[in-house]
Amino acid sequence: MDTWTDLRSRLADTGYIASDDLSMALHIAVSLGRPLLLEGAAGVGKTDIARSLAAVKGCELIRLQCYEGLDASQAIYEWNYQRQLLAIRAAAEDGETGRAVEARIFSEDYLLERPLLRAIRQPEPPVLLIDEIDRADEEFEAYLLEVLSDFQITVPELGTIAAASRPMVILTANGTRDLSDALRRRCIYAHVDYPDRRTELAILAARAPQTETKLAAQIVAFVQKLREEDLEKVPGIAETLDFAAALAGLGIKDLTDDPAALQAALATLLKTQSDRAAVPVEVAARIAGRAA
Amino acid sequence: MSRVTRFAAADPGPAARVAGFIGHLRDNGFRLGVGETGTALAALCRVDPTDPAEARLALKAVCTGCAEDAARFDTLFDAYWMADGRVRQKIVPRDRAAPPAHTRNSRADDGLQSAGRGRAHAPDDAGGDGQGDSGGPGRLVASRLHNLMRKDLRELVSPEDIRAAEQVARQLGRALRDRRSHRRKAARKGSAVDFRRTLRASLATGGEPLRLARRRRPDRPVKIVALCDVSGSMTLYARPFLAFLAGLMRADADSDAYLFHTRLVRIAEALRDPDPLRALNRITLLADGFGGGSRIGGNLAAFAQGHARRFVNGRSVVVILSDGYDSDPPMVLDAALARLRKRGCRIVWLNPLKGWSGYEPVARGMAAALPHLDHFAAAATLNDLAALEQALARL
Repeated sequence: MDTWTDLRSRLADTGYIASDDLSMALHIAVSLGRPLLLEGAAGVGKTDIARSLAAVKGCELIRLQCYEGLDASQAIYEWNYQRQLLAIRAAAEDGETGRAVEARIFSEDYLLERPLLRAIRQPEPPVLLIDEIDRADEEFEAYLLEVLSDFQITVPELGTIAAASRPMVILTANGTRDLSDALRRRCIYAHVDYPDRRTELAILAARAPQTETKLAAQIVAFVQKLREEDLEKVPGIAETLDFAAALAGLGIKDLTDDPAALQAALATLLKTQSDRAAVPVEVAARIAGRAA
Repeated sequence: MSRVTRFAAADPGPAARVAGFIGHLRDNGFRLGVGETGTALAALCRVDPTDPAEARLALKAVCTGCAEDAARFDTLFDAYWMADGRVRQKIVPRDRAAPPAHTRNSRADDGLQSAGRGRAHAPDDAGGDGQGDSGGPGRLVASRLHNLMRKDLRELVSPEDIRAAEQVARQLGRALRDRRSHRRKAARKGSAVDFRRTLRASLATGGEPLRLARRRRPDRPVKIVALCDVSGSMTLYARPFLAFLAGLMRADADSDAYLFHTRLVRIAEALRDPDPLRALNRITLLADGFGGGSRIGGNLAAFAQGHARRFVNGRSVVVILSDGYDSDPPMVLDAALARLRKRGCRIVWLNPLKGWSGYEPVARGMAAALPHLDHFAAAATLNDLAALEQALARL
């Protein structure tokens, strides 16, 4: 895989249709060994790109889901205290010396690997997905910067563990809070937007191949029109695919056929009460009519 | 693609051109260091750099760092690399010894703009980046035209005001911020014993828990987002309110501030300028139309749909400083506040007119807003603001 177009076509083979911006950013990030920071609205396929990259590279995907209060023991490593305690008790009964016990209970056997440590200890470079980094606290972000620049982790009892291979790091953010400039600067950046009509058709064809061409065109046009409406939660690609699946389940061949069934299927696209209220049967039928 | 810029014969080579491009981006408010130039060159080695489309995508991935940058990048790229075959004479600036940050600030300081290279191509919709907004010829032209509409904020607010306001803002911030989390975190002192860490520590003392580790509920800071109305009807009160905003920004690094009249402007970046007077100067540049009409509903709707999505969450208190005289229909304000509320924030409206005896919130906008407010109070002077501490602490 030498050029970014190769990467894009191989991603397409795994069912991920990437935009030019995204495939170039991914190509550069992978070839320069830099982390890739992806921003964009929910449901545009930020997390999925990591899965597809892992499939393309034929390597493992290690995922670290960030949340507020995420700390080192959940992200990096933790000692298995219960096992250590048991080992100490057992050793006391056997009359083992303190030094030997200590060496044993602070060995690899008693170390619980969490995603970051696991990622840098893989013999083959894995894809490390750090999902929704903006949900983690700023302190964790600062620590992550250190790991991402040195690719080594220090466990006081064991010493410094250097990376066996450099993982391909993908960070995603939703804009919960502003990320630090330091993190942005260290990363290759791509902003993932809602796909245009052509791309979304290609995605639908790749992910839901059973959908007929005419209906697929209608679905995409309908969703694209819906995104222009003033909604609280704009439907993403995942919602489009759900919508297609729902229509298939309801046996709908044409969006304009049955307004009631269409309204029922809208449950897959509109996820808040006020959005449902904003698109009543008539509006949905009008949009469907224009999409057809 | 024959529109590619031709470079002068004396030009030192591709690396220097890329360095020149990074400098061009930097002049336009991108935050790029020397490291990025290296990364950009390395990235160009991984693609076909003679294909403008590939080079554009590659440089975009390296040089942009946020959505606003990404949106502006294409224009800036065109301005530098695709200048219709024009010859670019000097690509590496030699005459600037000062570091970029200083250069930008001093420009903002005297308000004059020595037009940098390529600046004429810069779009002037620099988003929330105050530094981008304060430069650029588009703004200056506009400022000359609207001169009568503009007031220099320095005439309104003195550094002493800001210092006093900073004190008040600190107190208010503290009153609002003192919130405890429900989860417990490890801490040296705390109300509950952390069994896990205690056991872990007891290994060092032969299984005897000599030192008790503790957990406590950490403070969860509340973020203050202030929106200040600076329309004509509010001119009288602009002085304490702006001083308050300036003080708030300086006292609390997490807070956020906006001005609105006919447009909404984010001023948090500008107000954080280390020099208080220069901060006000930068806002003056940002806020043309100051003292003009008021579109409260429209601006709050824009805020609720735009910045609020990024900066307002369940831990925010939105403080609106306005008299409620709105030229938009009241429904707009009603919908905007309802939407804002859904983000889980608390909304405080401080109205200078409420202090008047016999005041009734009859302004239609104000009446529409009332049901959505957590707290509605009078505030016309700094002392009034200081007196709010008690009420805000109860929110």
